[in-house]
Amino acid sequence: MTPSGQALLAARPDFAAIAQWLERGARVLDLGCGDGALLRYLWQARAAPGYGVEIDDDSVIACVSNDVNVLQVDLESGLSLFSDHSFDCVILSQTLQAVRHTEGVLREMLRVGREAIVSFPNFGHWSARLQVALGRMPVSEALPYEWYETPNVHHCTVADFEDLCRSLRFRIRERLVLHHGKPVRLLPNLLGSLAVYRCTTQ
Amino acid sequence: MAHFDQPLRLRSGAELPAFDIAYETYGTLNAARSNAVLVCHALNASHHVAGFYESDPGNVGWWDNLVGPGKPLDTRRFFVVGSNYIGSCFGSTGPASINPASGRPWGADFPVVTIEDWVEAQARLADRLGIERFAAVIGGSLGAMQALQWTLSYPERIRHSIVVAAAARLTPQNIAFNEVARQAIMTDPDFHGGHYYDKGVVPTRGLRLARMLGHITYLSGEAMAQKFGRLLRRGTPGFDFDIDFEIESYLRYQGDKFSTYFDANTYLRITKALDYYDPAADYGGDLTAALARAKAAFLVVSFNSDWRFPPPRSREIVRALLDNRRIVSYLEIAAPGGHDAFLLEDPRYHAALRAYFANLEL
Repeated sequence: MTPSGQALLAARPDFAAIAQWLERGARVLDLGCGDGALLRYLWQARAAPGYGVEIDDDSVIACVSNDVNVLQVDLESGLSLFSDHSFDCVILSQTLQAVRHTEGVLREMLRVGREAIVSFPNFGHWSARLQVALGRMPVSEALPYEWYETPNVHHCTVADFEDLCRSLRFRIRERLVLHHGKPVRLLPNLLGSLAVYRCTTQ
Repeated sequence: MAHFDQPLRLRSGAELPAFDIAYETYGTLNAARSNAVLVCHALNASHHVAGFYESDPGNVGWWDNLVGPGKPLDTRRFFVVGSNYIGSCFGSTGPASINPASGRPWGADFPVVTIEDWVEAQARLADRLGIERFAAVIGGSLGAMQALQWTLSYPERIRHSIVVAAAARLTPQNIAFNEVARQAIMTDPDFHGGHYYDKGVVPTRGLRLARMLGHITYLSGEAMAQKFGRLLRRGTPGFDFDIDFEIESYLRYQGDKFSTYFDANTYLRITKALDYYDPAADYGGDLTAALARAKAAFLVVSFNSDWRFPPPRSREIVRALLDNRRIVSYLEIAAPGGHDAFLLEDPRYHAALRAYFANLEL
């Protein structure tokens, strides 16, 4: 791997987990794809052809520069551009917390994709709990924003997300909870700062 | 100018025994002949895409902000071809040309031409220029329909299709606007059923109205409000029917200008070409089935203030391409310019096109 590839994986530890769960050549759709870094990585690591969905102008132009297929539509208004089960996997990488219509977007993911991969910063991590206990909104590596400038609207914990999956009748196929890029097996909702899930319909 | 002796069979069944295509090129075709980009023009433009002539420095090409050395479509890297469509009044064979059968201008007898016919003629021009395969075909509006049709008529001869401010077919509302424009021309007493060239007159009143109507649909309401507001030319209402508002003055000016240089028979045929275009028609209206034979990679761009061909029309194309698992990127740019935004220099739009062309391998 190139030095920049290593830096990327250090910055986004969920990328490696996502790649590892994908079959080679899987067709992927990345919602809120930013500059297309994940899609580029998946193309290099898994020969997975993909498309990104992104609303921000600068990010869309960055995708075009990075030679990543990008579709400038608002994922909040649904994925009507995409037919049922037209993708092997639909990914929502560290975007869940910024989504407004959470249930709608998650349902759409499993309409369009055979499976969904979702990663998000775990609000249940002890440092967040401690900061709240001390009377402050949490700011950390995984949640780097002050409360007044955060783009995030829906924080959740590992336990919360699993509750939502149950109510949406999503089946959790795999779960990986990480802290500083390393898997956390003991008390994941307390000791993990980043959670990655692979889900299918029941 | 390129002359072609082999007849061109048209979609209507008619045949042009021979024809000319006016074209301009910019840059140099590389040794591998892999850097050619065809630029397709829209309703009132021509093959004069970029730059200006020494003899006429004021006549700058219609897409000069995009095409040229160091511009997003960089003519130091690409060999750019601008070609004037058949039926035009800017050099290619059209209604004002001489009909070899009669020795007089074709006039009303010039056949109705279609987007498919234009692509056929452009393919002949490509053969003549030694271009086996275009690196890209790009166009906006009516030009975008040609860029799309290239991928269907000649899937092997186009690597990238750049489709801007497009629709894969007109809505009845679009057709309605075109019909009003045609009626304006055809009911002008100077139209003479299309044979006005012999009579030494031009149906300027009809053309003027057609252009005024067109202009209303090319601008967004917002752009119009911003540009003209409710400003009164004379400061106070005149309580007469002379020009009161700035927008009236603008439309009259545009109409007058257009009627001095554009041909009425050409206008009728172009609007028909727009109306008839519908690649899905042969597939029961199923655009996905219609686009199945396309092989090119696509960049589709729409503008949110464009109400002539609004973003949902572009999304239909994108959706059909996705269903066919084609390579496609789609930009929906929040620009106020309306349908004409594709001609303007929006920094995001041009940055995206620059990046797209830069990534295009030769």
